[in-house]
Amino acid sequence: MAKVLVVDDEPNIVLSLEFLMQQAGFDVVTAEDGESALARVAEGTPDLMLLDISLPGISGFDVLERLRADPDHARLPIIMLTAHGREVEREKGLALGADDYITKPFSTQALVDKVKALLAEVS
Amino acid sequence: MRTDAVVLSVAFGYLALLFVIAAWGDRRAEQGRSLIGSPTVYALSIAVYCTAWTFYGSVGRAAEHGPSFLLIYLGPTLAMLLSPFLIRKMVRIASVQRITSIADFISARYGKSSSLGALVALIALIGITPYITLQLKAITVSHAVLVNYPHAPELSLADEAFWVDKSFWVALVLAVFIILFGTRHLDASERHEGMVAAIAFESMIKLVAFISVGIFVVFVMFHGPGDLFAQVAASPELVGSLGLDAVPGGASGWIGMLVLAFLAFITLPRQFQVLVVENVDERHLKRASWLFPLYLLAINLFVIPIAMAGMLLSAGDPDSYVLTLPLSAGLEALPLLVFIGGLSAATSMVIVETIALSTMVSNQLIMPLLLRSRRLHLGSRGELAGWLLGIRRVAIVLILLLGYLYHALIGDSYSLVTIGLVSFAAASQFAPAMLIGMYWRGATRRGAALGLIAGTLIWAWTLLIPGFAQSGWVDDTFLTLGPFGLEWLRPYALFGLEDWDIYSHSLLWSLTANVGLLVGISLFTRQSPLEQTQAALFTEAMHPGLMETSLWHGQTTRGELRNLLDRYLGTGATARVFAGQGDSQVGNGYGNDQPAPPEMIARAEQALSGALGNASARVLINSVVRGEALDLESILSILDTTSETLEVNRRLEQKSEELARASEELRAANERLRELDRLKDEFVAMVSHELRTPLTSIRAFAEILRDSDDLPDEKRVHFLNVVVKESQRLSRLIEEILDLARLESGRLTLNPQHLDLVELTRHSVDAVHHMQENRGVALEVQIEVEQAPVVGDPDRLEQVIINLLDNAGKFADETSPKVLLRLGRYKNHYRLAVEDNGPGIVEEERERVFEKFHQIQRPGETPEKIRGRPRGSGLGLPISRGIVAHLGGRLWVEDAPALGGACLTMELPEAPES
Repeated sequence: MAKVLVVDDEPNIVLSLEFLMQQAGFDVVTAEDGESALARVAEGTPDLMLLDISLPGISGFDVLERLRADPDHARLPIIMLTAHGREVEREKGLALGADDYITKPFSTQALVDKVKALLAEVS
Repeated sequence: MRTDAVVLSVAFGYLALLFVIAAWGDRRAEQGRSLIGSPTVYALSIAVYCTAWTFYGSVGRAAEHGPSFLLIYLGPTLAMLLSPFLIRKMVRIASVQRITSIADFISARYGKSSSLGALVALIALIGITPYITLQLKAITVSHAVLVNYPHAPELSLADEAFWVDKSFWVALVLAVFIILFGTRHLDASERHEGMVAAIAFESMIKLVAFISVGIFVVFVMFHGPGDLFAQVAASPELVGSLGLDAVPGGASGWIGMLVLAFLAFITLPRQFQVLVVENVDERHLKRASWLFPLYLLAINLFVIPIAMAGMLLSAGDPDSYVLTLPLSAGLEALPLLVFIGGLSAATSMVIVETIALSTMVSNQLIMPLLLRSRRLHLGSRGELAGWLLGIRRVAIVLILLLGYLYHALIGDSYSLVTIGLVSFAAASQFAPAMLIGMYWRGATRRGAALGLIAGTLIWAWTLLIPGFAQSGWVDDTFLTLGPFGLEWLRPYALFGLEDWDIYSHSLLWSLTANVGLLVGISLFTRQSPLEQTQAALFTEAMHPGLMETSLWHGQTTRGELRNLLDRYLGTGATARVFAGQGDSQVGNGYGNDQPAPPEMIARAEQALSGALGNASARVLINSVVRGEALDLESILSILDTTSETLEVNRRLEQKSEELARASEELRAANERLRELDRLKDEFVAMVSHELRTPLTSIRAFAEILRDSDDLPDEKRVHFLNVVVKESQRLSRLIEEILDLARLESGRLTLNPQHLDLVELTRHSVDAVHHMQENRGVALEVQIEVEQAPVVGDPDRLEQVIINLLDNAGKFADETSPKVLLRLGRYKNHYRLAVEDNGPGIVEEERERVFEKFHQIQRPGETPEKIRGRPRGSGLGLPISRGIVAHLGGRLWVEDAPALGGACLTMELPEAPES
């Protein structure tokens, strides 16, 4: 079963994502900030990551950058989830190597489809 | 102690001291370490205005005519205050034209006219010599008073041999002094530094002496000014003679005296000498313009008190009160000091006046005659520099002798004041030619000359001759009946003008004639080319760049020019003139056949002017320069075009400055707009981010609830609760953002009313009490006042207090959170402080907590630890501060004094009693 890492500092958003991913049939691991996200990855590489940008401490962009710099995780599928809707930020996320960029509030169905599609692409 | 021997040795000792100081001053000047290069010395030298007449006569005039003596000092004060417009221009002209005296100044202005210069010199000699006499008389009288006291001084000069008269010997010593320090150099514009230093010293001595008497009289003979004035007030006849009514001539007398003093201050030869000729630096005028009036104030401070005291004690002749008062008190040293003070006032005047007059006599009267007289063959004689100095020295002795003779013959019958004012009126006749000439290019030589002659004749008729008549030298019936029975020609009531004081009367008629003729004749006469040039140079003296223009277009050789200067100035001065003219090998005749460049000719003329006066210098230069001496057309066109271009330039500069300023303002405004735009973008981004967060949860759970039919009930309820809570959060956030927007745009509607902050605080505490208890926060409330009347919107203020308590609860210590609320009075304000026992807020964060959407980070807090703490919107504190500021109060962060964490303090002004 594929493992999805959900990173967000809003407990209710984490709750909703956790439910959606579980309902879609994935294992879910959660983290509430950048540091613990990196720690979760180190504990056991997930198959996909849903990553918020505004996090306490190191930001989602930083997490993305660090993971891409590490050959072990250079190809880990990462979807940025963010309330920052501006084009520049979307471009920055994609340039840093995110596989997709989804703006909050998002359509749950579209998100689940995107996750499934990415996972299928990798395997 | 007052024996003749003591008094004489002190007096001549004092004169010897003057020699030492003057010699020292000259020595320093030669070493290039000038003593007089200071505005203070300059101001003190101007104080030569205060002569023996001031020293003794002011008290006399005050006793006789009340405060009218002050006008004699208000005139100069006015002139000094106006110096940036008037005296500065005179100084500038004099330094460029190498002016040596006021006669030279007027002569130079009207085309270097030697006849006009001679006229001015002659008038000065007639009008001013009595003034020198006056000083000598003051010395004689004061000496007699000092030695004979308590007996009345015996003065019978005419009957005694001249060698018995002390002032004869003083005059003699002064002649030696003036010759030594006044004619050391030929070039008068090289200035007399030693002499000026001595004059400045004398000014200090006379001031000290006069103030000493004043202090002694007021504070020792009487018990302070209060006592003195009280005693005067007790005798009505004294009050009358000291009041404003005592001023002769009423209003016209006041104005006349003021104008007279103003004009005399700039036209008296000695004042022109120290103010203009001896000025070493134009900038010195700046300090002198207030320092000299201050000096006048100081020396006049005690005049009225001394006059009062003298009248109260009937201390004899008012002109001698300053001496007789301390003498009557039995003092020995003070009267001697006073005598020296008077001596210093007299000698300084005599010294400067004689130098000024002798320069005029030699340069304006004798030299032009000698140069014209072919029989003397002056031009062919060898060394003439010594000759010139000789002429000046003889002139000095003659002037002093004339002054002394006048003194010995008629001095007795004149009071000090009379002679002084007569001289003032004579000098005032120079004012129209000088002042109008400085500002009106059209004034002509003929106009100036006729004006001067007419003014002087009227002066003589209305003041000088009546003076003689009153001394009994002339039959005085014409005073009352008029000459040949012509009543309208009576000297004191010319053309039927009765009841004026004689000086204002004389001044009115003489100046009217003088100015009228000057202007009238000028309008109908033409100027010679030289006159036109000089007129332009004088009126445009402050024109920058004008003076660099070379005026000579004629031709001569260096050798001829050098020979000319050698003869009249001596080789030393000639070398200085030629130095820096591309002609370093002066002595060996190198380049003598070369043509002299125009600048060199101009310099040579300037140097000659400094020694001989403008008119004679021009004659001499003309004798060696061939061809068109002066290109008038080009000068006038330079003058006009440069003034035109300057004006255009000035306007252009002004315009471009305006443009630069405007574009700078636009740039700044643009910058400000950009910054505002950036802030707005940032705010919108932050707002949208904050709104999206709850919306995300709401949408996600709403979709989950929609799409998942088989959701267990407890999950369904949980998710619905989340949706509801996030919706509430969203509406709270929107409310806050709207509040903030209203606050910032000033549209927040507050409902201010008188309320009791104590009551409101209790109410707010009740509202949060329950919530705080749930969180385990220990809330303590200390209210130190019974009542706290403030003006505010109760709902908004409650919002603020709850926000403060809520924040404190969030930031208090995690394990045992404590919050303390204190309300008390501070001056005329009430302060509500909310403390917590958390880690506090570091200094640099304290202002940032009031920024929008700022999340407080505790010191050393890691992201893990922040987790779990309820997040605020980051708008509570900015809104609170906005509300408090709207109510005229303040809100700030500091260290909590009791609990050690952060302390937020709100301060509101006490409501005015209603």
